[in-house]
Amino acid sequence: MINEFKGKVWKYGDDINTDVIFPGKYTYQKMEPEEMAKYALEDLDPEFVNKVSDGDILVAGKNFGMGSSREQAAIAIKYAGIRVIIAKSFSRIYFRNAINAGMPAIKSPEAVEAIENGEEIVVDMKNGKIITSKGEFVFPPYPKTVMEILENNGLINFIKNKIKNS
Amino acid sequence: MGKTFAEKLFSNKSGRDVFAGAIVSVEPDYVMSHDNAAAISGTFKKIGVKQIKYPERVVIILDHEIPAPKESSASNHKEIRTFVNEQGIDNFYDVNNGICHQVFTEQGFALPGKLIVGSDSHTTTYGAMGAFSAGIGRSEVAAIWATGELWFSVPETIKIIINGQMSKFISPKDIALYIIGQIGADGGDYKAIEFTGEVVDNMSVADRMVLTNMAAEMGAKNGYVLPDQKTLDYLKGRAKVDFTPIYSDEDANYYKTLTFDISNISASVAKPHTVDNYVPITEVEGIKLDQALIGTCTNGRLEDLRDAAKVLDGKKVKIRTLVIPASWNVYKDAMKEGLLEIFIDAGAIILNPGCGPCLGAHQGVMAPGERTFSTANRNFKGRMGCRDAEIYLGSPASVAASAITGKITNPEGK
Ligand code: SF4
Repeated sequence: MINEFKGKVWKYGDDINTDVIFPGKYTYQKMEPEEMAKYALEDLDPEFVNKVSDGDILVAGKNFGMGSSREQAAIAIKYAGIRVIIAKSFSRIYFRNAINAGMPAIKSPEAVEAIENGEEIVVDMKNGKIITSKGEFVFPPYPKTVMEILENNGLINFIKNKIKNS
Repeated sequence: MGKTFAEKLFSNKSGRDVFAGAIVSVEPDYVMSHDNAAAISGTFKKIGVKQIKYPERVVIILDHEIPAPKESSASNHKEIRTFVNEQGIDNFYDVNNGICHQVFTEQGFALPGKLIVGSDSHTTTYGAMGAFSAGIGRSEVAAIWATGELWFSVPETIKIIINGQMSKFISPKDIALYIIGQIGADGGDYKAIEFTGEVVDNMSVADRMVLTNMAAEMGAKNGYVLPDQKTLDYLKGRAKVDFTPIYSDEDANYYKTLTFDISNISASVAKPHTVDNYVPITEVEGIKLDQALIGTCTNGRLEDLRDAAKVLDGKKVKIRTLVIPASWNVYKDAMKEGLLEIFIDAGAIILNPGCGPCLGAHQGVMAPGERTFSTANRNFKGRMGCRDAEIYLGSPASVAASAITGKITNPEGK
């Protein structure tokens, strides 16, 4: 069960696209997730991968992950250490890719406004709450299918377990 | 209550009466992938299933890095060929076919009323034929290979009505960039889009594909044009299987309806680094260029090459000009029409059909400080392989006119 995430915030702006999250030139190179992590946000903030620590939280503006369907854009961020992303909104495919990679993507424009770069926040998945220095913000719980995928740490494990149990 | 195209399609597929907001698990009719099939096959093997459930629904088209520019891409391709043989996938198109979306359509997989998904964001293109087609992630493709099905949320629908008189110098690309400029790159987020109106009715099938291709740049889940006689004519002798078109009900419930009159727009340009950074070309005329790119899955069809050739006929280009027909069929038709000769005489470089420089992997990568004017669908930072370069987007005629002068030039009157 995923209950709670607590971590330091990395905050970025609006319309962060998949090319700056994970450059196209690496997209067709075969890589394990750990290697993808080395290129996370390379064209947005080249220092990010050196400074991020395990368990940190990414916060961004509207339309996060717009652009390509490349899944590495979600996987790279996850393996760089990010556990959860909060944004004003997500692009459709990125939202799915994040969930399918087992990384919650939470939409909360109010929380994004309030959260300061570098502060420590808590995301309470069970009760749908984001706790920041400026107060608490609620978000609606995920539908059952989505929750099941997250609890299995991603779509592939979810299917594996489903096949195993059937 | 009436249903939108999307609601009807997912109702048919799930055997339930569903409306926007519902989550359904359904079986897509086709699942497309390209060079990323190598990575997908790795994920597929991790699931632990030996055989693809419905190999006849799997379509794989190599296009992103073709012919292989380096050892790693060659190995990727090799792995895919082995996997295709092992799994008995008949719908495999090797490096000598063209860009996935064009090949998929030409080969008659893009059909009215079908649910099609692909591990490429511009899978939306097939909606021009009346299909419901959406981009998905690689794991999702692996999941479909293994189980045949995937979860979807039924989207709300935005109806975009395009009216007016299309001037001679305006192409569907100008209309698409103009609309994205008005509604923003997230203007269609999570939504289905139905393109309609007299301008769309009058468009050729190829022109409609520009709109549905660019629907991805509005953030939309899919773009749809209702199939008509032109669609049926195009599909005659081409359709891989039988199909039944699906149309929206008159009394369907739309999230919103947007109407655009395009009678007075001029050629459109998207400035770096977002597709919704729209300006009329008149505002950026004179900006110096280093490279021109005509082609890609957005504007690499015969109709686009004709537009460009008309402008380039008898002229010389001033900057590196790359032309990429979207498929070998388009290449051959362009050759027969004498278009390739016009390009060569003008001093352009004709590349083999494929994605080429569009994603910055090879063939025409830019240097820092350089600027390309391109007919592709994306101008993100780093998209063409260099984060310190700039990409402007426009129509084939605009890019061709600019190639001649070496700076952004309005094709009107040229
Ligand atoms: S031509 Fe460009 S946009 Fe189209 S499929 Fe290839 S890489 Fe993607």
